[in-house]
Amino acid sequence: MRPSRVPMVVTWLVIAFFYIPIVILVANSFNSSRFGGSWESTSLKWYIRLMGESDIWNALTNTLIIATIATLASMILGTTAAFALHRFAGSRLQRLHYSVIYTPLVLPEILMGLSMLLFFVELKVQLGLVTITIAHITFCVSYVAMTVLARLQDFDFTIVEASQDLGAGWWTTFWRVLLPMLAPGILAGGLLAFTLSIDDFVISFFVAGPGSTTLPIKIYSMIKYGAPPLINALSTILLVVTFLAVTISHYLTHRGRQTA
Amino acid sequence: MRPESGGTECWVSGEPVEDANRPVSEFLEFENVSKHYGSIKAVDHVSLTVKQGEFFALLGPSGCGKTTLLRILAGFEQPDTGRVRLGGEDVTDLPPYERKVNTIFQSYALFPHLTVWDNIAYGLKVAKRPKREIKEEVAKMLTLIQMEDQAWKKPDQISGGQKQRVAIARALVNKPRVLLLDEPLAALDLKLRQRMLIELDLIHDEVGITFLYVTHDQGEAMSLSDRIAVMKSGRVEQLGTPEEVYEAPRSSFVAAFIGDTNFFSGVVAEPMEKSHVLSGLLSAAVDKDYSRLKVDGLSDLQCYNDKQIREGEDVYLSIRPEKMRISRERPKAEPHLNALQGEVEDVIYLGSQTKYWVRVGDYRISVIRQHSRFLLDEKPIRWFENVWVSWHADDGFMLEKYSEQDEKLIQLPPEEVGEPVGNNENGPAPTPEGVA
Repeated sequence: MRPSRVPMVVTWLVIAFFYIPIVILVANSFNSSRFGGSWESTSLKWYIRLMGESDIWNALTNTLIIATIATLASMILGTTAAFALHRFAGSRLQRLHYSVIYTPLVLPEILMGLSMLLFFVELKVQLGLVTITIAHITFCVSYVAMTVLARLQDFDFTIVEASQDLGAGWWTTFWRVLLPMLAPGILAGGLLAFTLSIDDFVISFFVAGPGSTTLPIKIYSMIKYGAPPLINALSTILLVVTFLAVTISHYLTHRGRQTA
Repeated sequence: MRPESGGTECWVSGEPVEDANRPVSEFLEFENVSKHYGSIKAVDHVSLTVKQGEFFALLGPSGCGKTTLLRILAGFEQPDTGRVRLGGEDVTDLPPYERKVNTIFQSYALFPHLTVWDNIAYGLKVAKRPKREIKEEVAKMLTLIQMEDQAWKKPDQISGGQKQRVAIARALVNKPRVLLLDEPLAALDLKLRQRMLIELDLIHDEVGITFLYVTHDQGEAMSLSDRIAVMKSGRVEQLGTPEEVYEAPRSSFVAAFIGDTNFFSGVVAEPMEKSHVLSGLLSAAVDKDYSRLKVDGLSDLQCYNDKQIREGEDVYLSIRPEKMRISRERPKAEPHLNALQGEVEDVIYLGSQTKYWVRVGDYRISVIRQHSRFLLDEKPIRWFENVWVSWHADDGFMLEKYSEQDEKLIQLPPEEVGEPVGNNENGPAPTPEGVA
């Protein structure tokens, strides 16, 4: 029997549905026309114009500061959480802990954003970079914890015993064995957190204050006042950066699995 | 005659304890060590001592506590009671990294992110030894395990046998007082296992370090060890040289666990009287050393009785297959010879020997015949022939009844690759090649 062509056709349709808008966006960023409808000529005009937009660069700086701090903090918190979850798996407290860590992954973002806004307002915290960073950490921790936990689950802990057996105390074992072995997992989780933080719009939108505009918020407001070609260029840059980060993250996770 | 079995307590400590004023250096001692997990007694009041330089095996079926005992010595487990002393020093409360012992793990537990060289150097680096010394020592070890050219490979690039050797080198480079080996050959295939067996033996001879070897494989234990502690349900069932535990097992569990044996269940009748002894003059002096055993469905059997087993006791008579003789003709009557007539049910020819299973009443007796003469000159015994099985009363031993619990312990499939442990009576048992 000849294999049916239907799955192949469906696959290509789905891929087209996902990626054609992105392809159009990327293509248009090199279009010198102001309107996406017609093609004038290929140029880097919008990229060059982008350089002059100080607002955008401020937003990018904010985004990077937030993403970096949120990533580092969630790498540390997430890893320690994963250790606790793995070490005491089965205890009632850790099952609760697991739910607490897991929930942000499934909770609607708008709910998290709104609740955090109410929380900060209640505490009379000045909205700004700090509040956005804290908000980002709350969901990034979950991603790091889950990634590291997955690594711990197929981790052979006899090598920890082997290390102690060979004369290494806890601290030495952590630095020489545990950390190098788990580093790919922690880094993969960190990169995931980084991309999520850079991308985040909904939660950031709720807890942002004056002067703390992040890039996604900036893009949104630019669309409202109409500057599509600039946004096309900016989005393309963002796309490339995100793609790279995800690729590295995937590579690290994969390689780590093989050697573990 | 068999070796003397000692008194109840003497095997516990193995050797007479040395004078208090003489330094008991490099001497490993478990004193009344117990460890419970919940309601399960993993190790139950074990006391034993290991001599310096000895190759000592802890042998037993899975769950007998041998690994727990090893982990207690390594420091990964804390005993509930008892002390562990190493070279006269109490190490019971020391953490693993402060004990002068090193372990070879069943899974090798090599560091996957480090090269062979770095794996071996790990202990020395952690101990902050000078770089030059580390280089020299690691090079020496690489020579010992013959892996100089593989030093920069990662563990996932080398074979199972090589991993094993790296694990040995990584432990030995620290010059431990005792090397602990936790089923080190279980993960290897049969051929490799036999090769590593020889290598382990050579390494032991070369470094002269005390080896404590945990295994469920009686063949490994028999061929490598100076002494064996056979464990069952957290206790040491018997301690002795391989010859002692094989030839003079103290319990039917040990008899069945180590090698093959035939069991006859019977009741001790009155001691041998003159009328039972066929050649009159010689017998009078030794009569009281032999017991007569009433076995259901068979004629009375005789057995040497050194254990003062009294009349009326239920016992198991155990005779190793190779201690039995098989013949077509009724063997010539002589004192203290047991002879039973039966039919050959199974024959397995193994080249150097042939294994027979002979049906006598309810019993299926296994007999091993060594071929010390050219076999083709004789007419070999075949299936369904009527034969006589005979053995000397000195070659059997009376043991307490073999309980169902023993049977279960022995029948439990070993959790690792390894030959099943020989058993008797029912069905062709595996050949006792590990024992030879």
